[in-house]
Amino acid sequence: MTTTTAPKPAPEGSASLRELLQTNDAKRRRTDVTMRVLITAAFVLAMLPLLSLTYTVVSQGIGRLDGYFLMNSMRGVFGGMDAGGIYHAIVGTLQITLFAALISVPIGLLTAIYLVEYGGGKPLAKTVTFLVDVMTGIPSIVAGLFAYALFALLLGPGAKFGFIGSVALSVLMIPVVIRSSEEMLRLVPNELREASLALGVPRWLTILKVVLRTSVAGLTTGVMLAIARVIGETAPLLLTVGVIDSINFNLFEGRMMTLPVYVYRQYAQGLVPCSADDAACIPDINIQRAWAAALTLFLIVMLLNLIGRLVTRWFAPKIR
Amino acid sequence: MAQRIDVKDLNIFYGSFKAVADVNMTIEPRSVTAFIGPSGCGKSTFLRTLNRMHEVIPGARVEGTVAVEGVDLYGSEIDPVAVRRQVGMVFQRPNPFPTMSIAENVLAGIRLNNRKMSKSEGQDLVEQSLRGANLWNEVKDRLDRPGSGLSGGQQQRLCIARAIAVKPQVLLMDEPCSALDPISTLAIEDLIAELKSQYTIVIVTHNMQQAARVSEKTAFFNIAGTGQPGRLIEIDDTATMFSSPKEQATEDYISGRFG
Amino acid sequence: MTSTQPRTAGSTDPDAPPAGTTAKRLKSGHGDRGGSRVFRWVSTGAGVLILVILAAVAIFLVQRAWPAITADPEELASRISWFRADSLLGFVGPLVFGTLLAAALALLIATPIAIGIALFISHYAPRRLANALGYVVDLLAAIPSVVYGLWGGLVLSPLVTPVWQWLGDWFGWIPLFGGSVSPTGRVMMTVGVVLAVMILPIITAICREVFLQTPRLHEEAALALGATQWEMVRMAVLPFARSGIVSAAMLGMGRALGETMAVLMILSPGFAYSFQLLVAGKQQTIAANIAAQFPEANQTGVATLIATGLALFVITLAVNMAARAIVARRKDFSGAN
Repeated sequence: MTTTTAPKPAPEGSASLRELLQTNDAKRRRTDVTMRVLITAAFVLAMLPLLSLTYTVVSQGIGRLDGYFLMNSMRGVFGGMDAGGIYHAIVGTLQITLFAALISVPIGLLTAIYLVEYGGGKPLAKTVTFLVDVMTGIPSIVAGLFAYALFALLLGPGAKFGFIGSVALSVLMIPVVIRSSEEMLRLVPNELREASLALGVPRWLTILKVVLRTSVAGLTTGVMLAIARVIGETAPLLLTVGVIDSINFNLFEGRMMTLPVYVYRQYAQGLVPCSADDAACIPDINIQRAWAAALTLFLIVMLLNLIGRLVTRWFAPKIR
Repeated sequence: MAQRIDVKDLNIFYGSFKAVADVNMTIEPRSVTAFIGPSGCGKSTFLRTLNRMHEVIPGARVEGTVAVEGVDLYGSEIDPVAVRRQVGMVFQRPNPFPTMSIAENVLAGIRLNNRKMSKSEGQDLVEQSLRGANLWNEVKDRLDRPGSGLSGGQQQRLCIARAIAVKPQVLLMDEPCSALDPISTLAIEDLIAELKSQYTIVIVTHNMQQAARVSEKTAFFNIAGTGQPGRLIEIDDTATMFSSPKEQATEDYISGRFG
Repeated sequence: MTSTQPRTAGSTDPDAPPAGTTAKRLKSGHGDRGGSRVFRWVSTGAGVLILVILAAVAIFLVQRAWPAITADPEELASRISWFRADSLLGFVGPLVFGTLLAAALALLIATPIAIGIALFISHYAPRRLANALGYVVDLLAAIPSVVYGLWGGLVLSPLVTPVWQWLGDWFGWIPLFGGSVSPTGRVMMTVGVVLAVMILPIITAICREVFLQTPRLHEEAALALGATQWEMVRMAVLPFARSGIVSAAMLGMGRALGETMAVLMILSPGFAYSFQLLVAGKQQTIAANIAAQFPEANQTGVATLIATGLALFVITLAVNMAARAIVARRKDFSGAN
């Protein structure tokens, strides 16, 4: 230690030290405070539109959201009539989404099982992982085009029915299910698998009875969140399922209405030109319906999210 | 530069939990003071209150005074950021900034205050600090390479260089050798011996031989049981502590009967 | 559970390899029999199916778009009422431009704010509040795009019109804000804002994750050198998170590129290469154009729209892959963690 660090001249007595220890650099302090304010402001700024959105959807939608609205379709409703509801759209949304889930969950879950339990760095597993990434990024409208193209090939162009929509939605849903399931399966400690295998339980039963059972809560949550994500998809359904005003229970024939498309449709129809002497005509009836349907959709999505999280919470002790 | 630290009636809390109770001690300037004691006895916690680093943990607070040359670090006018400039710290595991080069790591602290330092001034300071940390000869040819490429012991000395580049009054070391091999440990101990001519050094260590080798004074902390606060049992000259401690607990610990 | 699970028939002894040899990630042994073999095949088949699906997406889109790609532009123009270009490329060009413009604008607005929110949650807000906020942000990502579109069209557009007017009056000399400001607010700028709001949650969520992963050691190193909170963020958090931020932004951009409904419900469309953000009827995005024209389109029209969809697919693919590549590179760098 020849050329040593020479600390700055010792401050004589405690007065100078006190000064050193009191805030010395106003500029740095200002920067710090400024950034703190900016970061908090960014947060507040971002909350404004989101609060506004939530508030408007609730306040504008609540007026029309009643039993009548939920239990009636748009059949025979025209102009500014104070009538019409979303029953047909709810039926369509539930059926189409349910079928999408029925397609996606087995494929997604099995793929996740393959990736976690069997893949183990094989080229195929790596390819699949990569493709799942790619699939996650498919724009929803492209998924719609794909489903359309697929069924145009099978049934000739112009086919529009609910199941095509289910296929389009499952293209969007499968990667979400794979991702969340994969994450959950990887959380299962390896010791559990080994313990089971060491006791002579075959691999597939180990997966079924140990791995899946341990992670069932997380898997359920993942599926719920995936459903919540696709249930609000509009564009693919607009292309593949179309619009209709009456109730259609048949997923395999004829157009169906769905909630998100209903919202768009009502919005696109806009204001109704009412003649002055027609007191029963409501000029903004379409907009009112759009808000009410949007609120319904909003509530469904929030409910699915909530249930999804609660499932994890209720069953949480079973994981680990 | 090196200054005396007086601690009076210090209590440390995490939320409502009292972690350390009633510490009174004086830390002499230009010397090495070692803190020893079993795990969880609060010696590291106490060390962190000497430069207000404990405040980083939410809910941590302190009662009592820590005075450097008579100035209470916890006075209302005192800026914790300024305190940490005057009281530097070296951590258990070496933690150079991975995205910075060796030279940038050394200058990291100084750049905060004095951004308009000229290039040559910066180079001088880098050399000075690295020499101060006995690292210059090993790294002078690769100052612009990332600090994470060094060995553990070198990284730790880089962290010491980084701490002394700011020219603090006091240097706190929280088990600086616990993640290092014996050779690197020896290098750090040599360095501590050199640094004490200019700095007040406080070192927490689990290794009693290390405390005996490097320190002038040793403080023994102990804890009565889980949920109880840690306490300072005794502090004395290192030689006295290791030959004829006043307290039975100290003797038990030093002779290896527990802990 | 094993006591209730006697060995199944057909999988008697060599089935389960001894645990010792399968220490790591239980590589699939080839000694599987019976149920195990079927199960392995089924799940492998599901993995292969993913491959098939993606190939199918690409093949069917190309196959359906082929008539438009190979067709004579004049024929396209004569058969499609809204085809006003002298070639397919000339038709797709402005749409690609509009799509990129909308996404870039959204990204420009959203990224700094998202970083701010993420920092607020990870390093500034009290712990308890931070957890709740993280949950809220996740929830916001789930709001359907049609609801954002409705809000953007009916609430935001009228609200921002005076602001855009003011921007046009005072900053009209900047080309971006030039031209005659639309009185309806149905312009690219409004779309950019709504898209920004929509991608905020996803960017924020990823940034927050990365920020929270910053090694505590590095944060403490910065603080112990006498860094203020912000200086600590700049020294330890941001450098550590840089590539994470980039990939978060790219993923957000991927979403903005493909977003249909919000654009469809807000933007007054046009087919020009125009940077005028406050003028109505200038730009249109691929996705919104497909949604607008598809329901009424004839055969040739559908083929043309699918061709544009293919272009969108390729663009989002490129952006997403770039994002993943950055994430992967980051993994290499921070091997220590």
